[in-house]
Amino acid sequence: MKPDKEYAVQMHDITKTFGACRALDNVQLDVKKGTIHAILGENGAGKTTLMNVLYGLYRQDSGEVYLYGEKVDIKNPTVAIRHGIGMVHQHFMLVENFTVAQNIILGQETTKGGGVLDLKRAKKEVEELVARYGLQVNPDAQISDITVGMQQRVEILKALYRGVDILILDEPTAVLTPQEIEDLIGIMHRLVDDGKTIIIITHKLREIKASADECTIVRRGQYIDTVKVADVTQSELADMMVGHKVRLSVDKEAAKPGETIFEIDNLQASDDRGLPVLKNLNLAVHAGEIVGLAGIDGNGQKELVEVITNLRKADGGTVKIDGKEIQNTTTRNTMNSGVSTIHEDRQKRGLVLDFTVDENAVLDSYMKEPFSKRGVLNKKAIHDFTSQLITEYDIRPDNCGDMPIRGLSGGNQQKVIIAREIANDPDLLIAVQPTRGLDVGAIENVHKMLIRERDKGKAVLLISLELDEVLNVADTVAVIYDGAIQGTFPQSEADERTIGLMMAGGGTDAAE
Amino acid sequence: MKKWKAAAAVVLTIVLLSFTLTGCSMPQKDDSTFSVTMVTSDGGINDQSFNQSSWEGLQKFAEETGSEVRYIESKQPSDYLTNLDRATDSYPDLIWGIGYTFADPILTIAKANPDMSFAIVDNAYDDTPFNVTGVVFRAEESSFMAGYIAGMSTKTDKVGYVGGMKSAINDQFQYGYDAGVAYAAKERGVKIEVMNQLVESYTDAAKAKAIANKMFSQGADIVFHSAGGAGQGVIESAKDNGKYAIGVDRDQSYLAPDNVLTSALKNVDTAVELVCQEKMDGQDIGGQTLSFGLSDDAVGIPTENKNMDPEVYEKAMEVRQKIISGEIKVPATEEAYNAYAASLGQ
Amino acid sequence: MQRSEFFKNFWRKPIFATIIAILSGFIVAAIILASAGYNPWTSLGALFYGMFGRPKYISNVIIKSTPIIVTGLSVAFAYKMGLFNIGAEGQYIMGALAANVVGYLVDAPAIIEIPLIILAGVAAGALYGGIIGLLKGRYDINEVITGIMLNWIALYFSNYIVNLEIFHKPNTASMYAINESGYTSLFTQWKTTEAAATFFQEHPFIGDIMRTDVNMGFIIAVALTIFISWVLFKTTKGYQLRAVGYAQEAAEFAGIDVKKNVIQTMLIAGGLAGMAGVLNITGIFPHAVSQLSAFESYGLNGLCVAFIAGGSPIGCILAGLLFGGLLYGGQSLQYMAGAPSEIINIMIGTIVFFVGLEGLVGMIVDRIEKRKAAKSKESGSSDSGKSGSGTGGSDKKETVTTETKQEIQSPELKTLETGKSQ
Repeated sequence: MKPDKEYAVQMHDITKTFGACRALDNVQLDVKKGTIHAILGENGAGKTTLMNVLYGLYRQDSGEVYLYGEKVDIKNPTVAIRHGIGMVHQHFMLVENFTVAQNIILGQETTKGGGVLDLKRAKKEVEELVARYGLQVNPDAQISDITVGMQQRVEILKALYRGVDILILDEPTAVLTPQEIEDLIGIMHRLVDDGKTIIIITHKLREIKASADECTIVRRGQYIDTVKVADVTQSELADMMVGHKVRLSVDKEAAKPGETIFEIDNLQASDDRGLPVLKNLNLAVHAGEIVGLAGIDGNGQKELVEVITNLRKADGGTVKIDGKEIQNTTTRNTMNSGVSTIHEDRQKRGLVLDFTVDENAVLDSYMKEPFSKRGVLNKKAIHDFTSQLITEYDIRPDNCGDMPIRGLSGGNQQKVIIAREIANDPDLLIAVQPTRGLDVGAIENVHKMLIRERDKGKAVLLISLELDEVLNVADTVAVIYDGAIQGTFPQSEADERTIGLMMAGGGTDAAE
Repeated sequence: MKKWKAAAAVVLTIVLLSFTLTGCSMPQKDDSTFSVTMVTSDGGINDQSFNQSSWEGLQKFAEETGSEVRYIESKQPSDYLTNLDRATDSYPDLIWGIGYTFADPILTIAKANPDMSFAIVDNAYDDTPFNVTGVVFRAEESSFMAGYIAGMSTKTDKVGYVGGMKSAINDQFQYGYDAGVAYAAKERGVKIEVMNQLVESYTDAAKAKAIANKMFSQGADIVFHSAGGAGQGVIESAKDNGKYAIGVDRDQSYLAPDNVLTSALKNVDTAVELVCQEKMDGQDIGGQTLSFGLSDDAVGIPTENKNMDPEVYEKAMEVRQKIISGEIKVPATEEAYNAYAASLGQ
Repeated sequence: MQRSEFFKNFWRKPIFATIIAILSGFIVAAIILASAGYNPWTSLGALFYGMFGRPKYISNVIIKSTPIIVTGLSVAFAYKMGLFNIGAEGQYIMGALAANVVGYLVDAPAIIEIPLIILAGVAAGALYGGIIGLLKGRYDINEVITGIMLNWIALYFSNYIVNLEIFHKPNTASMYAINESGYTSLFTQWKTTEAAATFFQEHPFIGDIMRTDVNMGFIIAVALTIFISWVLFKTTKGYQLRAVGYAQEAAEFAGIDVKKNVIQTMLIAGGLAGMAGVLNITGIFPHAVSQLSAFESYGLNGLCVAFIAGGSPIGCILAGLLFGGLLYGGQSLQYMAGAPSEIINIMIGTIVFFVGLEGLVGMIVDRIEKRKAAKSKESGSSDSGKSGSGTGGSDKKETVTTETKQEIQSPELKTLETGKSQ
């Protein structure tokens, strides 16, 4: 498509690589003036990277950007702002103990001259904006006192105050309640009516249907298509988002599930804001079975793991391991009950980066013999144990026991964690995003390890944002959306299209 | 890591040794000049009080006689003994410990160095070692005068006293002052209330100020203090309240020219100078406690008191004469004060 | 190549930065002395003479260092788990006070008396530190705030106890001293005998040392340091503490009870600071707590010591000796050279300041190396004929260019990373 004045944004053949990874590969984007344009894709598909290029946070390796038909070179966010581009990030950048008005004018303060703030005038200007777009917020309220939905409005106001024409919203609904989402969609329509152009990054099909005019789909850095939203169904969108994946071959025999090891009944929990995030979740894992939990980020996976590991309180329901309830006890109790967890955030939760590999290898067993006796560590026993793990799991460099684990590659760090957790000989192994950030070889390795544990008769719960991974490795696939399991399928019956739709909330939409 | 710590130690040692070898040498005993060293208390040399006053006395002594004088500053009470010990290294003819807190350290050091002479300000031993001289001040005499002046000048017939910490020295001020007030009350034929309170510190000016504020708000119009550095709070309070304070040790009118009625002087410098002179003259001053009072001009009140009624000053001078002549026996302890008050018929 | 590698590493060791910091302290002190009209050379000479000039000075330096080493240890220990024990001052005061009270009231043979005093002082310090730990662990109240407030409470509480009639020694500013059986000073009795006097005359070196309060404190301090190192690095307790200190979230996830560890750490740190108080009471004259008009700064100096030592327990011994030396030797700076002893505080401040700027030294080293590399690059291109150094130069050049590249990229990458991780 040629550069055209009718298009607010045109990005042609954008390519961006990070090291060996091609985050964007000849991606196209054409956004008509005065429309809401959605960018749809799975986690890591390249949506945000594309927008960061537009906002000047990254420079593309190749490709051109046009605004209203004019070629532009957006070197940094300042240039982007000058061109009238504003971006509201997923995580707000507000000063907590400033008022709404103070936050809005921050960086572009109205002064009386001589550097004296003219808060009165600023407030008036903010009030005008509020009235014009129906963004109800009190300019005098402190940020720390208002809801997240309000804070988002403040971010939008901030952009408007700077006079943006093109507003990018990065996953704007991730943190909002359903009512707040509806309000936001209303605001977006009013902005468009006023001649603004909005680009919204999302993976929620329902919202796209409700708000966007057009939608561009990207998948693993590739441009897939741009469609008129009115012309497609949710399931068609899901199809394009997930795609027909080439299954990585994972060699494994059929599962021989035994008795139920792990059972969750009607589990309820709240997030940090106190809003319900797990809504009567039910799940069971049998011995000798890998259950894969598929779902898009932010649907309660994180909180589920925290409840199981007792880092978060359950508001209701039970979590049973071998028939014993473990909810609302201690982390140590979860471990002692035979649950080992490979945490998704290995650098923050899984490892003490300043410790040596030896020390990390016994992070949850240091108090047991032979690693310590009457409170005194047995360094030799720990080292021998680690050496054994290093050989067994091919952790490199070998003899790295005395090295700080910080120096190991991500894959090898992950191997240490997996080796450690498996060495605990758990009844249930929970692996959360175990292959995040690993290369293909390492991924295969991790999958093999999980299957080996299954074959030993362990119960394995794999929680992953990669649908591929779940479909390939799990014997049973459970889909989580909005804090509840939407459906459970045996691997043989797991159809990625159905699952993809369910993950994006399409299934529930149809049911409603 | 440990290796580098070791390396650091080596490097440091080399640096330090190079200084030691090339540095100056210790002053050796030099019989030709008379030398005096003083060790300050933890108030430091610029305490606006004894330490500073003693040092001024020594400097004046040095100027007049050409003697060599030095001081060592203590940071905390546990420094006293080590500093006295350091003072002995250069064999001065006399070593001073400033303040009664030196009582024990001086005893210890004197015992370890029978060949040297020591003196201590503000302390009287029951059994003074042969090489130690105690120097005390009859602070109760100047305090009596301060009390008398306060009693004669008060308009509200309420006065206050803010002390430092409970000790025999502090008692001198408190009971001398109280007795002076009582003497004035009898003379005027009225009853004067004295509010007494201790700061429990010689440095906490904020607390002293709070105490004085309370006294002024309860009706006192003159407050005397003997709380060292903390007493500055009393003077500040007088300034804030537009009332009068009576200073201590030195003429403190410079702190608040319009609000300092007078000061109970304790001329430590005079005494220090006198004792040094006697020692230099070859007198045997060891084994005894020398007491300095109004008669030696070692205590008293300033001659200039712009806020005082000249008539009161005249009368105060008469009282002074009576104390020197022994007509008035000034109490320095609670017991003596009680007896004194009884004798006044109060 | 290897040698340059060795030096390169040395320049980057934290200890190098520490040495630079200490030297900077001396240089700044010298400049100030010179500008105030004192000869810096003789002044600093007097300082070092005051530290090492006579055997007894060295002995006194060690004696002065002892409590600071132990409070430093207390701070370093708490710091290992990320706690800033500014309350060491108050714990020291409480330890000393309890030691004094028990040592005075109980008169038992040394074999019972000394352990009893230690127990009392350590327990008092530990409980006092435990309050901070409890408030931090249970209610998440910042330990710096509670520490500072408790310091003041300790100061006034101590003064109150000192002034109680049963404890206050009349006509002094202190309490009654502890019973002699509680002294850890060595040879106190024998020192004053005739035999000792003659012995000292024959052995002036020992005699000189014996003039000081030679006591077992330093040995105890060293033993404590070794013990604390052992606890930190060889026991499960230390393992837990360090895990919490390095990565609280990971420790939590591994089932380590963070709150409990906070409380325990503060108990131990408080006990150590209390022990410093015990060492002073049992070891040195006047063996009693004095009325305090201000903090004696044992805790605050301990903070500096731990800081200079980079939190290493063994480093605390060296840093403590440096501190004790400066504080003690500083008095002769004034006594002998006539320079104000405040210069020592300036010096200490400068050292701490420069240790805080440790990163700066690393940056300067980087800068110097880059400049050198750039020069060698220039010379390499213009004068490629030079043998030997040519390869080394080009080698360096490569590393430098990649380094600068990284630097240019890093701000961007950082925003990316933070954006992602949040």
